[in-house]
Amino acid sequence: MRLSQATGRRLIAAVPTLWLLLLFLIPFLIVFRISFSEVRLAIPPYTPLLAWHHGALHFEVHWSAYSFLFTDPMYVSSYLYSLKVAAVSTLCCLFIGYPMAYAIARSGPATRPLLLMLIVLPFWTSFLLRVYAWIGLLKNNGVINNVLLSLHLIDHPLALLQTDFAVYIGIVYSYLPFMILPLYANLEKHDETLLEAAADLGARPWRAFARITLPQSLPGIAAGSLLVFIPAVGEYVIPTLLGRPDQLMIGRVLSDEFFENRDWPVASAVAILILLLLIVPILLFQRVERRQLETEA
Amino acid sequence: MSSEVPPPAAAGSAPDSAYVRIRDVSKKFGDFAAVDHVSLDIRRGEIFCLLGGSGSGKTTLLRMLAGFEAPTTGSIEIEGQDLSRVPPYERPVNMMFQSYALFPHMSVEKNVAFGLEQEHLGRDAIRRQVGEILDIVKMGDFGARKPHQLSGGQRQRVALARALVKRPKLLLLDEPLAALDKKLREHTQFELLNIQQRLGVTFIVVTHDQEEAMTLGTRLGVMNQGRIVQVGTPSDIYESPATRFVADFIGSVNMFAGEVYANGGEGLCIRSADLGCTVRAERATGGAQGATVWTAIRPEKIQITRAAQAAGPPAAENTASGTVKEIAYMGDMSIYLVRLDSGSMVRVTLPNVLRGTERPIAREERVALSWHGSSPVVLTE
Repeated sequence: MRLSQATGRRLIAAVPTLWLLLLFLIPFLIVFRISFSEVRLAIPPYTPLLAWHHGALHFEVHWSAYSFLFTDPMYVSSYLYSLKVAAVSTLCCLFIGYPMAYAIARSGPATRPLLLMLIVLPFWTSFLLRVYAWIGLLKNNGVINNVLLSLHLIDHPLALLQTDFAVYIGIVYSYLPFMILPLYANLEKHDETLLEAAADLGARPWRAFARITLPQSLPGIAAGSLLVFIPAVGEYVIPTLLGRPDQLMIGRVLSDEFFENRDWPVASAVAILILLLLIVPILLFQRVERRQLETEA
Repeated sequence: MSSEVPPPAAAGSAPDSAYVRIRDVSKKFGDFAAVDHVSLDIRRGEIFCLLGGSGSGKTTLLRMLAGFEAPTTGSIEIEGQDLSRVPPYERPVNMMFQSYALFPHMSVEKNVAFGLEQEHLGRDAIRRQVGEILDIVKMGDFGARKPHQLSGGQRQRVALARALVKRPKLLLLDEPLAALDKKLREHTQFELLNIQQRLGVTFIVVTHDQEEAMTLGTRLGVMNQGRIVQVGTPSDIYESPATRFVADFIGSVNMFAGEVYANGGEGLCIRSADLGCTVRAERATGGAQGATVWTAIRPEKIQITRAAQAAGPPAAENTASGTVKEIAYMGDMSIYLVRLDSGSMVRVTLPNVLRGTERPIAREERVALSWHGSSPVVLTE
């Protein structure tokens, strides 16, 4: 009985393991391998790892793709810009999303499903369409400028589109639900008597929030921030449609290297470096989560 | 239930006899009155137990004292200060929650220090006071632990320390022993009494457990359906319950309907068809001739003897005969369920004083029941 249970458990775990192996680990290894080659005009467009030279088998590792990334300042600046955009957007999502998640978690059991539904509702429309809609709102003769002009609040249209501001709006708008949902899942579990206990011991509401609610919602904050930060770093569509033409984000650089320059090794190196950058926040998150699990045990 | 019986013993004690004054407090949730015109005086340094079943309003009353709920009408004063508009974080009142509500992300020390930190005391003063109170509850060695690393009894002590460290004028305890197992409860009960006496803090304890209320309470207030039904010392309440509800709620009782047929100098005479005999209640007064009343007799106040041993002709009053139907041996005592000749069942308890020297009364044996004239309590409502 116990044996078959263990087998069953292993079988269930095998499905996601196989999935990750086939669709994540193997493609990753392919990309990793391409990043250590050089461009050549052939199919595939990069040098092989193993080659015959003068009758001998050579193992050829090229660092040129990586060294190239650090010779052209455009790459470093794109990395830094992407990190900045992702960090600021994550903070904005946190400051907007936390009160919303808190309000939903504290709302009555009858209204809660409705509010959650409203958070998820935008997903029913295509992501691309929603970003296009922001062009219609932000452009020079778009909705926002026209309203402000007709109210005589401004004399000439504000330059909203193709700015950092537009990128922030687009990312915060698109990723806000990914911040709210994990935060809600965390805040909803909080025991309200703890806040009563804090008040009883003399803590004013804000202080009780800072000492009780906030520390206990750290895992939710970490999860939500990660879900916003990671895709935001590699975001391609939003900055392309709404952002500055003179400052690219790293996702756009990657796609340009791949499709425009047909430089697979450099594109792969860019991808590997993004991954290395993202490992740090993921490890931080795991630490927070582990500590929380210890408390709950 | 119109009349609230005032505690007769309460009159003429210290001038601060009303340390906490609850005046005509009601709390309505929609149309439902959770607490219904309650007035109570609580004395300095006493342990007052609010006893009642679920939904009796005792917890709502406690939450109003803590400031988590605002009374719909009425006022609450401590030492003459009206607390009606004082938020919980400014009240000189602390509460020990039923779930303990310890902060899971803080160590024991941090939990206890929390209240003092809100008063902006210096770090050294906080450390000293936390250390003192943790020693009092015998948790001095556990300061660095997190709540999830403690047993139920240890958590209870930390919760008590956290609530006491601010030296509140009034400590509210919501079912303080409910989460502990039986052995630990008894032990903790006496320890709680000890700590209360040492610190001299006034306690209000809410409980549904009458045993807990009797051992802890200086005085009890029995609540039912949002009202205080009776206030008194544990023995007042047990020996002289004011209503059938109280008699039934506290301890077990045999209750029989009857009719008053004489009200003379030697007490009240009641004829009860249920009991199959007449009852003379020496202590009872009131009850007009012909009125329907209830006679309540505690099981331990009834003597049980073999019918054969009963010498002479059976007395006319305060005796009944029947057959033993069930015997429950509890070790320290035995419970006999006796079916009277009238058909009613009576519960009798008998301490097992001797160690099996006598042949015990067996099942299906004929027995005579009798009680002293001071034992029956006559209730009109």
